[in-house]
Amino acid sequence: MRIACPYCGERSLDEFLYSGDATVKRPDFASPTATEEFVSYVYERTNPPGMHRELWYHAAGCHAWLVVTRGVATHQITSVEAAREVALKEKSATKDTK
Amino acid sequence: MSWSHYSIFSVLRESLRGHTGWGPAWRDAAPKSDYDVVIVGGGGHGLATAFYLAKHYGPLRIAVVEKGWIGGGNVGRNTTIVRSNYLLPGNIPFYELSMQLWEQLEHELNYNAMVSQRGVLNLYHSDAQRDAFARRGNAMRLHGVDAELLDQDAVRKMVPFLNFENGRFPIHGGLLQRRGGTVRHDAVAWGYARAADKLGVDIIQNCEVKGFKREGDRIVGVETTRGYIGARKIGMAVAGSSSRVAAMAGLRLPIESHVLQAFVSEAIKPFIDGVVTFGAGHFYISQSDKGGLVFGGDLDGYNSYAQRGNLPVVEDVCEGGMALMPRIGRVRLLRHWGGIMDMSMDGSPIIDHTPVQGLYINAGWCYGGFKATPASGLCFAHLIARDAPHPVAKAYRLDRFATGHAIDEKGMGPHPNLH
Repeated sequence: MRIACPYCGERSLDEFLYSGDATVKRPDFASPTATEEFVSYVYERTNPPGMHRELWYHAAGCHAWLVVTRGVATHQITSVEAAREVALKEKSATKDTK
Repeated sequence: MSWSHYSIFSVLRESLRGHTGWGPAWRDAAPKSDYDVVIVGGGGHGLATAFYLAKHYGPLRIAVVEKGWIGGGNVGRNTTIVRSNYLLPGNIPFYELSMQLWEQLEHELNYNAMVSQRGVLNLYHSDAQRDAFARRGNAMRLHGVDAELLDQDAVRKMVPFLNFENGRFPIHGGLLQRRGGTVRHDAVAWGYARAADKLGVDIIQNCEVKGFKREGDRIVGVETTRGYIGARKIGMAVAGSSSRVAAMAGLRLPIESHVLQAFVSEAIKPFIDGVVTFGAGHFYISQSDKGGLVFGGDLDGYNSYAQRGNLPVVEDVCEGGMALMPRIGRVRLLRHWGGIMDMSMDGSPIIDHTPVQGLYINAGWCYGGFKATPASGLCFAHLIARDAPHPVAKAYRLDRFATGHAIDEKGMGPHPNLH
């Protein structure tokens, strides 16, 4: 498995650190059900057998956080995006809906 | 006639008859329409559960349904090590019960599982690590488990060929559990399958669960590739696939699936007589009775349902081996393979009810499931039969994350790939 970092190009797996599911979102602490939401956010995972969006950190490279979409049964990577770009996109999307 | 009880007499008699009288070790059962208990997953834990249910909590009509074949999953993919050298009170009594069940296993199953209490030696490489191991050893001894803290001289006597003067990771000593050791993993699956079958359990292979049927809050059966099977109670013991099976019942688990690789070398003459683990990296090794060196290391570290791993971990494991015992450097690797681990959020297992009535879960074994097989089966059987947790498995609750009672043996926090 090699990961194509958007800044450094295709690099070996051992340059990267894994940080799990990228689809869980930190809940609003002011929500009335915040306790349950935080339990779910910190501990519960969908753990799908197919495509998985996940966070990787290019520790031995450019230090960028990446959102990688990968098939967990095949190890095939279909997209690598900078986590910053993903977050900015999501932010502008929520602004638009407001 | 077939010899259903294995003994020296049956072996002698069959040797004179050209081994024509041995029958199959268990029946290839077809599913019936309905059972008292259906166990999903015919691995070590599922088969052990069925065996102890039939033996201690019967009479019950029990079936084990298995997607593949008996012995094809993690029970046939591990490095065969058994031990009970844990630190936390939630874990020690459970793993010690498992150790005691291993010690009686062959009599209980009438099956040669090659239980070999050859000792498990965990090496330490610094003063801090020695203190941590002393603490662990003391915790074990307080629970009545055997543990000995060895200095460098004592380790040298046991395994003189280690790289004691390694510049970065000198070996200062080790924590030894003499009662630990190895067990022939396939024989555990076959032995439990045979013994459960003899007690009337139906073992149904090539039978994949496709969904659960509920009436209100209650489970009433499973849909499988071999038809619908009704059940009063269902226990799932499908480590590696727990999230997938639980999702069919609408549950989301505190589990990620990860791949762990294991390795075996070509066979060499007797060389390592116990289990030795490297404390500065992650590497553990023993030698099988056939002569192959059986070893492993860390998880690959990312979610995976592929039963194969990647090369950086192969390199990492081999570097650990070379740092510990350089003389294995010329030994050639024969095979390596991967298994899918249920990595829980605190590194400890779950044996509990689910929110669905009549559905029970046995999951989250991380990469320590093999050593737990007998106790896991016994405790899960107890839970299913009595609807109350076995005294030594009380801590393994599904809701412990929400209530703040995580059992984090390594102190890693909710990062499954680090446990």
